[in-house]
Amino acid sequence: MSYKEIAWNGLWKNNVGLVQLLGLCPLLAVTTSVVNGVGLGLATTFVMTMSNGIVSLARNHVPHEIRIPVFILIIAALVTLTDLAMNAYVHHLYLVLGIYIPLIVANCSVLGRTEVFAAKNPVLPSLMDGLMMGVGATIVLGILGGVREAFGLGTLFSGINMVFGEAAKSWVITVVPDYHGILYAILPPGAFLGLGALLAIKNWISLHGSSKALQAENPSVSGLDSAAAFH
Amino acid sequence: MEKYFLILIGTVFVNNIALAKILGMCPFFGVTKRLEVATGMGFATAFVLTVGSGASYLIDTYLLGPDLAYLRTFSFIVAIASVVQLTEMYVKKSSPLLYQTLGIYLPLITTNCAVLGIPLLNAQENHNFIESLLFGFGGATGFSLVLVLFASMRERLEGASVPEVFKGGPIAMATASLLSLSFMGFAGLVKV
Repeated sequence: MSYKEIAWNGLWKNNVGLVQLLGLCPLLAVTTSVVNGVGLGLATTFVMTMSNGIVSLARNHVPHEIRIPVFILIIAALVTLTDLAMNAYVHHLYLVLGIYIPLIVANCSVLGRTEVFAAKNPVLPSLMDGLMMGVGATIVLGILGGVREAFGLGTLFSGINMVFGEAAKSWVITVVPDYHGILYAILPPGAFLGLGALLAIKNWISLHGSSKALQAENPSVSGLDSAAAFH
Repeated sequence: MEKYFLILIGTVFVNNIALAKILGMCPFFGVTKRLEVATGMGFATAFVLTVGSGASYLIDTYLLGPDLAYLRTFSFIVAIASVVQLTEMYVKKSSPLLYQTLGIYLPLITTNCAVLGIPLLNAQENHNFIESLLFGFGGATGFSLVLVLFASMRERLEGASVPEVFKGGPIAMATASLLSLSFMGFAGLVKV
C-alpha cells in the first residue's frame, strides 16, 4: 500500500470517526468546543502513531496468542506518558478533558489499528497509518466541536487560553455577537445529533460522488459504505 | 442506607453512563440491533463492571496508594482484562447455561470504555469500597436499561422508511439524541 493510499484511507475512506465509527466515546463526549476536541484529538494521534510504530517493531517478537494483551500494555504505557505530559504542560486543558485522557486506552480504534495494520506492516508505513488515522479523527473532532460550539456558545476557539496562555484570549472568534446559546448543542443530546448530521453529510457526499463514478467504473460499489460498515 | 440508595438512583437515571457521561459507545451502537443481544450484553456488562469496580478499588487502595496513582490506568486495564478472562473461564466450567447467555459477550466487554471509566471515576472521587461497588453496579444497570430501550427503538426503526442519506448511522444517532434528551429530564432528581 502506497503512502498516498494510507493517507487517503485515514483521512477519508476509512475515517475512524465517520466510517469505522470506533472510538465514539471521546468523539461525542469532549466535543463541546473546538479546543477540547482538537486537544484530545492530538493526544490520540500521538498515542496512535507511537503505538503503531512500537507494535510494528515488536511484531515479529510477540507470540500470536498473547498479542492483544501485549498491545494493550504498550498503548497503556503511552497513554500514561501522554497523561503525565498533559498534566505538566497544559494543566487547564488536562482538567477539562478529565478521564477521557486515560480512556484513550479503551479507545478501540487505537487497538484496532495496531491489530489491523501495525501487526502486519513495516515500521514506516505503520507510523504513517497511525498518524493519518489520528489526523482524520482529529479533523472530525474539530469539526464536531466547532459545530457544537458555534450553536451552543456562538463562539469558536473559546478556551484557547488554556493552551497558549492569557495572551491567546483575543484569538477567540465570536460568530454571533450577543448570542444566548442553545444549551441543547452543548449537552450530550447535541453530540449525538451533531455526529448524526456529519454522518448524513458524509453519506450524501459519497452518494453524490458515486453516482458520477458509477457510470465510469465499478457499478457494484455503493456510496453508502458508512451505512454498510455500521454493524 | 439512604446515601447508598441515592447513589443507585443517581447512577441509573441522572448520571447515566451512556447518555449523560457518554461512555461505552461501542456496544451502545454495536450490539443494539437486536433486543436479545442487547439484553445479554447488558447482563454481562453489569457483572464485569461490578466485579471490576471492586477489584480496581482494592488495587488502588492497597497496592498503589497515593504515590503510584499515575499507574492507575495501567493497572486497572490489566485487572479488568483478567477479571473478564477469569469470569469467562469460571462460567464456562461451572454453568454451561450461563455461559450460553453471557459467554459470547464477555470478550466484547474489553472494548467497552465504561468498564475502565467507572473505576477511574471511583478513584477520582475517593469512593469507599461499598460506594465503588454500588457505583459500578448502578452504572451498569443504567447502561443495560438504556441498551434495552435503544435496541427496542432500533428494531422498530428497521421497518420505517428512512431517507437514503440517513440510513444506518445518522438515524441511529438522531434516535440516541432523543433518548438522551429524555434522560435529561431526570436531572435534579438527586443532588449528586
